[in-house]
Amino acid sequence: MDTVNKPARRVDALGKVLGESRYGADLSFEGMLYGKVLRAPYPHARILSIDTARALALPGVEAVLTAADIPGFHTFGTVIPNQQVLAKEVARYQGDGVAMAAAATPALAQQALDLIRVQYQELAGVFDPARAMEEGAPLLHADCPGNIAAHHVLEKGEVEKGFACSDIILEREYETQLVEHAYIEPEAAVAVPQTGNRGVTVYGSIQNPFSCRKALSRILGLKLNEIRVIQSFMGGSFGGKDEVMSALCARAALLALKTGKPVKMVNTREESIREGYKRHPYKLKYKVGATREGKLMAMEIKIIADAGAYASQTPFVTWRSVVQATGPYEVPHVRTNIYGVYTNNCYTGAFRGFGSPQIIFAQESLLDELAEELGIEPLELRRLNGFRQGSVTATGQKLDNHQVSLLEVVDKAVEKSAYLTKRRQYAAQRGRFRKGIGLACSFRGCSLGAEGVDATGAMVSVQYDGSVYVYSGLAENGQGLQTIFSQIAAEELGISLERVRFMETDTALIPDGGPTVASRSTLMGGNAVRLAAAKVRETLLGAVLEKLRAAAEELAWGGDKIWVKADPRRSISFEEAVNAACAKGELLTQLGWYKAPKVTWDDRHGQGDAYFTYVYGCQVAEVEVDMETGYTRVLKITAVHDVGRAINPETVRGQIYGGVAQGLGYALLEEVQQYEGEIKSLNFDEYLIPGICDMPEIEAIIVENPDGYGPYGAKTIGEPTLEVTAPAIASAVAQATGRRVRQLPLDLERVLLGRSLQKDRYKRREGGC
Amino acid sequence: MNKLPVILTVNGREYKLTVDANERLLDTLRQQLRLTGTKEGCGIGECGACSVILDGKLVNSCMVLTAQCHGSRVETVEGLGTASKLHPLQQAFIDYNAIQCGFCTPGMLMAAKALLDKKPDPSEAEIRQGLSGVLCRCTGYKQIVDAVKAAAREDK
Repeated sequence: MDTVNKPARRVDALGKVLGESRYGADLSFEGMLYGKVLRAPYPHARILSIDTARALALPGVEAVLTAADIPGFHTFGTVIPNQQVLAKEVARYQGDGVAMAAAATPALAQQALDLIRVQYQELAGVFDPARAMEEGAPLLHADCPGNIAAHHVLEKGEVEKGFACSDIILEREYETQLVEHAYIEPEAAVAVPQTGNRGVTVYGSIQNPFSCRKALSRILGLKLNEIRVIQSFMGGSFGGKDEVMSALCARAALLALKTGKPVKMVNTREESIREGYKRHPYKLKYKVGATREGKLMAMEIKIIADAGAYASQTPFVTWRSVVQATGPYEVPHVRTNIYGVYTNNCYTGAFRGFGSPQIIFAQESLLDELAEELGIEPLELRRLNGFRQGSVTATGQKLDNHQVSLLEVVDKAVEKSAYLTKRRQYAAQRGRFRKGIGLACSFRGCSLGAEGVDATGAMVSVQYDGSVYVYSGLAENGQGLQTIFSQIAAEELGISLERVRFMETDTALIPDGGPTVASRSTLMGGNAVRLAAAKVRETLLGAVLEKLRAAAEELAWGGDKIWVKADPRRSISFEEAVNAACAKGELLTQLGWYKAPKVTWDDRHGQGDAYFTYVYGCQVAEVEVDMETGYTRVLKITAVHDVGRAINPETVRGQIYGGVAQGLGYALLEEVQQYEGEIKSLNFDEYLIPGICDMPEIEAIIVENPDGYGPYGAKTIGEPTLEVTAPAIASAVAQATGRRVRQLPLDLERVLLGRSLQKDRYKRREGGC
Repeated sequence: MNKLPVILTVNGREYKLTVDANERLLDTLRQQLRLTGTKEGCGIGECGACSVILDGKLVNSCMVLTAQCHGSRVETVEGLGTASKLHPLQQAFIDYNAIQCGFCTPGMLMAAKALLDKKPDPSEAEIRQGLSGVLCRCTGYKQIVDAVKAAAREDK
């Protein structure tokens, strides 16, 4: 391979280092107005009246709109469309928009909001998801008894029998926190009305342009072909710029269509944190049974996830959790129940990991605790129960269509980190600073699995001078998709990467290929690019065969030329091949469409082949804890991930380093402070993400077991990188301190005292403490 | 709102401007001068996406009023290099895959430049300290540190 499996430079790097790449907030149009939205002051309130007259009278204000002005539906959502663009009768969390204004300047728009008078009737709210499930709790959505947004069940074997056959039974409860995506670019969008009554074009930091277009169609009452969504450069997303961007884009579009002028809306950081969805906090109850040798016999799991005010991706997030909740281990008897529950908290949705970081923290901590009870080294417990070739998962899926590399990645991480030596060395420490080492591993289903339709497209268009366009329905969010797809197109056509130009994602130019989520881009989109390029190559081949008078299998493609393998002097350049094909009137633009292999799911029992392939990862964390302050310094993370095939090893390493950083934040620093639905940590002074001085040495190790389905064998890397970091760190801290912390994050209080000094996170904070 | 006259030299070019008394340097750069390479991430001086060099010192341009900068020299990412003649830091960021979404990149580059201007041969700890005012959510910082090390070698 000439281009694939090589560390190519990013194709979008130059514009970014020059400061020329235009992000949503950088865009500007002639006559552009600025929009601002007024949000609800209460987490649950009925809107009695809205008076916009004074706001409209302010000179320079061109429109003030409420839900009553929305021509289509005022709600949208991927699974259950109950999220409000602007609250109509009831505001269900403090991020709900109530009214909005467009004016000549952002300051004027803000002034207009100050002049809007809204009468509210405050309603009783519910903030603890367990309480929200109880009878008599305030209901958020009339059609959802018990405030249940999602409930998934998994039944394998006979769990009672499994416990009866166990020598040891352990019950533990774990808890994870509310986490903010904290992309550095706050949300931004510009809507531009189109001439001739042909709808609207929207630009912005939109992770999923097609999901956005669908929401806008519903809200604006326009046909899909009247809405064009063009992605700007994205200042990070991590799953976070989906629904919140659909709402922002819809608001900008409503104002633009009302005024007939371009309208720009940019969230401040405070607005972004207040309104934007977050990672679900989970409460997890695990009961595990095992033999005295450590063989797992049964697991019973009950999980409650706080969905917040709207459904968003909760049904899918909790579905991934139910599939993977027992971890990469053979467990013959399993019963899992997971509930996603509505509350008047900030809503929760897609966030890198997507239901895996929570359960992996619990299941890996649990295995450590079980090992300790049994007097077995935690590593041995994993070796004893970990998936092997042909193992059967909790959903009854036999893992036999790909290389099951769990133990390979575990062994490599153990070896590279000197885990066993250090584990012994750190076993009995005294003194103020104590070290610890811990490991965690995972399996992860690639792409969407049985969540829904999984197919995507790409277009490769060769121009008559031999330059190439690549278009994709999946989007560059910073992860490096443009580079990976360009490399695949270049490889397939045997040309240099410099010839390829990747076009921004534009819903008018390429079929809807689903969202850029679930670490599916390289696997799904990569296949689509490869198919498109292969079709073009097939067309070129016809012209080449005539010129070289050879059979297809006698030819080699690469380095911008095609030659006869046996006689390299018989060759033609890529341009000559293109010219010859053009001269014959051939089409050198092709669409590639890739449909995922079949998956199955039985919703009643939670059984089936949930995903068509899986990846495996293991991380080892080494920490030093200050026993007097609880301060935990991570010394090193060794991260080993099987990616199938690294299309670009440098960007794979970049994904690992970045994922580990987010995992470290999840482990030690990050927690959105929310009391009775009011978020207190609204900016980076109070919401702490890892800075450059917080990051330890990271050794990133790529393992390659090419997958039968992946392009060149490539699978997945985005999400696995962060999902195992927190449990590895928690395990290391437990060794160092001799005490297991079962709640994230492991902040100073939890490490030092074993508990947080904050009041219950569902209660309002009293003044002064 | 009071309007004030300000003379500012940005990337070597002098501008005679009229600004609001409460106008932030960040807004002057982005809106009046259309230099949108400098980004706004938090507005409170925490994320460093708006980092520029003001009279040789690294500042968060969201925390500086333009009216305070009369007669000052400002360097932004747009003044660092051009496509045909990249600054060694820009080249190193490309070569070392130190970029993902790119939103923190201009701030990182300016922080790195401010560091190397003062300390051409920094240790890794000094590099981390020098860049510590800029947050990145994508990269985990490692390839950024590697790029700055490489650029420092290149500069010698």
